[in-house]
Amino acid sequence: MTNSVDEFELSDCIFITGSNTTSSHPIVATRILRAKKKGAKIIVADPRRVHIADLADLYVSHRLGTDVALLNGIMYVILDKGWENRAFIEERTEGFEEFEKVIKDYPPEKVAEITGVAEKDIETIAHWYATAERGSIAYCMGITQHTTGVDNVKTLANLAMLTGHIGREGTGVNPLRGQNNVQGACDMGGLPNVYPGYQPVTQFQIKEKFESAWGAQLSDKVGLTIPEMTSGLLEGSMKAVYIVGENPLLSDPDASHVEEALKRAELVVVQDIFMTPTAELAHVILPAACFAEKDGTVTNTERRVMRTRKALDPPGEAKTDWEIIADLSNRMGYPMDYSSAEEIMREIASLTPSYGGITYERLEGEGLQWPCPTKDHPGTRFLHKDRFVRGKGLFHAIEFKPPAESTDDEFPLWLTTGRLYFHFHTGTMTRKSGALTGEIDEQYVELNPEDASQLGISTGDEILLTSRRGQIRAKALVTDRMKKGEVFASFHFVESNANILTNPAFDPIVKIPEYKVCAVRVEKAAS
Amino acid sequence: MEFKTVLTVCPYCGCGCNFYLEVLDGKVIGTIPCKTSPVNEGKLCIKGWNVHEFIQDPDRLTMPLIRENGSFREAGWDEALDLVASKLKKIKEQHGPDSIGLFASAKITNEENYVIQKFARAVIGTNNVDHCARL
Repeated sequence: MTNSVDEFELSDCIFITGSNTTSSHPIVATRILRAKKKGAKIIVADPRRVHIADLADLYVSHRLGTDVALLNGIMYVILDKGWENRAFIEERTEGFEEFEKVIKDYPPEKVAEITGVAEKDIETIAHWYATAERGSIAYCMGITQHTTGVDNVKTLANLAMLTGHIGREGTGVNPLRGQNNVQGACDMGGLPNVYPGYQPVTQFQIKEKFESAWGAQLSDKVGLTIPEMTSGLLEGSMKAVYIVGENPLLSDPDASHVEEALKRAELVVVQDIFMTPTAELAHVILPAACFAEKDGTVTNTERRVMRTRKALDPPGEAKTDWEIIADLSNRMGYPMDYSSAEEIMREIASLTPSYGGITYERLEGEGLQWPCPTKDHPGTRFLHKDRFVRGKGLFHAIEFKPPAESTDDEFPLWLTTGRLYFHFHTGTMTRKSGALTGEIDEQYVELNPEDASQLGISTGDEILLTSRRGQIRAKALVTDRMKKGEVFASFHFVESNANILTNPAFDPIVKIPEYKVCAVRVEKAAS
Repeated sequence: MEFKTVLTVCPYCGCGCNFYLEVLDGKVIGTIPCKTSPVNEGKLCIKGWNVHEFIQDPDRLTMPLIRENGSFREAGWDEALDLVASKLKKIKEQHGPDSIGLFASAKITNEENYVIQKFARAVIGTNNVDHCARL
């Protein structure tokens, strides 16, 4: 997030898109609802009428995969009415002329045609957001999990820059991160192209810095993303994968393809807390400590680095992930003799400029938000205050592109996926909780009443959901949260795994798969 | 009887709510939201309130397991890690470091992610390290 969670309360217009906030980030939703109580306008744009849409001042349901068109349409209106922030554009941005040319191509009548959103609603969104004193954008995987994920995010950044809603309290472009340390895993260089602190592996001076700190020769070749590793295993160029705390069999698109890839590997090591479906395919399984059994830090969605503390000993022989890896490293001839997580943090701080001022001592209390470059730096509540990281904010001229897959007679409906309030990700933790499984413990595919009646389906019926990649069986939930032609499934339930169906086509730049749109067919299952 | 509360961070979504785990005689028995956390100010969602239920589940993995003839058998750490080390070394020699990949994790600590990517880069010699940020 460019800004902090509590700053939502200071916004007077919050534009939520591609985020089922009350389900997936309930504590963020609380702040948004407090803002509403203080008079802020809440706008929700989402193909599925998620719960927070019921609480919004304006809700629009655009067609799946038409985000760029909708946002460009909103920006057309802003420019047409003269609601843009000229001073901000002139002082702090570049690339405006090219961008403006593209936007001229998205008048509301054309955008209404593409997205299914009424022209007057496009105008209202433009009016409320652009003329707000402090406008804030909240988004989640509904924006990013598309073949146009990067385009979608850049278009949101365009919208914030066009109106000057960035670099101040209560504004910003705020991705809500979905896992407790997904921010930290990125910050720590758990990515194929960067070292900790987003320092590129391809830059000579950076490589030299890490070579000298680590006493090892390093590669300057960008590595593979998870979907690329899967393809590598299938082609035979990859031979081994070592998987820590991930369950790709459920979380990755086109699950049968992932299963085949893992079966072909010469070595699969899984280090986890439970016997996950992925672990079932491993050659060696290593028992790990869970969050309650170790000291360390995690970094939340607002870049806040916080201490986690050991409350219990791990069960049986289980050990912390860092102890296991360090032990393995010693056996492979590279000594790692850390005595505590705190010692590792000292090494991180010495090599990662944005974490340079972070120490365990300073994290007592509220934690610290990075960038925190020095020991006396207070941390950073919101980014881009007087300048952007690159200097001037760059407008990107972005055209709308449709999703990778199309519907046809055989697969006439669109499927989108997401989480439910009661469960988390692949369900390995939440499905162990009686309180949560008591609420819901099976897959319900949501479909619109009109589609349901055409197919002769009622709530509770067993149905088959089929895409070009596979088929699952589930129960039906007939609901007007879905519009005609679109259905929803969660990915929490291994026995009815939505990711058997999803499309592995990915964004060409960041390689994120298009989980949010694929073509399917629904039919009543033979009983 | 020994009772303690330990302040930590929720393992689920990216909000990062702080809570105290209640531990009685080595058993985790409950969750209390932290009122002074600037993130959650004493609130939790239903997943956070019930987080203690999975921690000591009987299905937790407790021993290293090695696949043999299609099923798993328990092993000690020395045997399991020596096996992994020798296989990784052999694959690296035969097919090069880029034939090996590591999945870091969005559910473990910063320190652990740091160590994993360092292992991939400095020990294996590859940048094939990723996690499920996109997934």
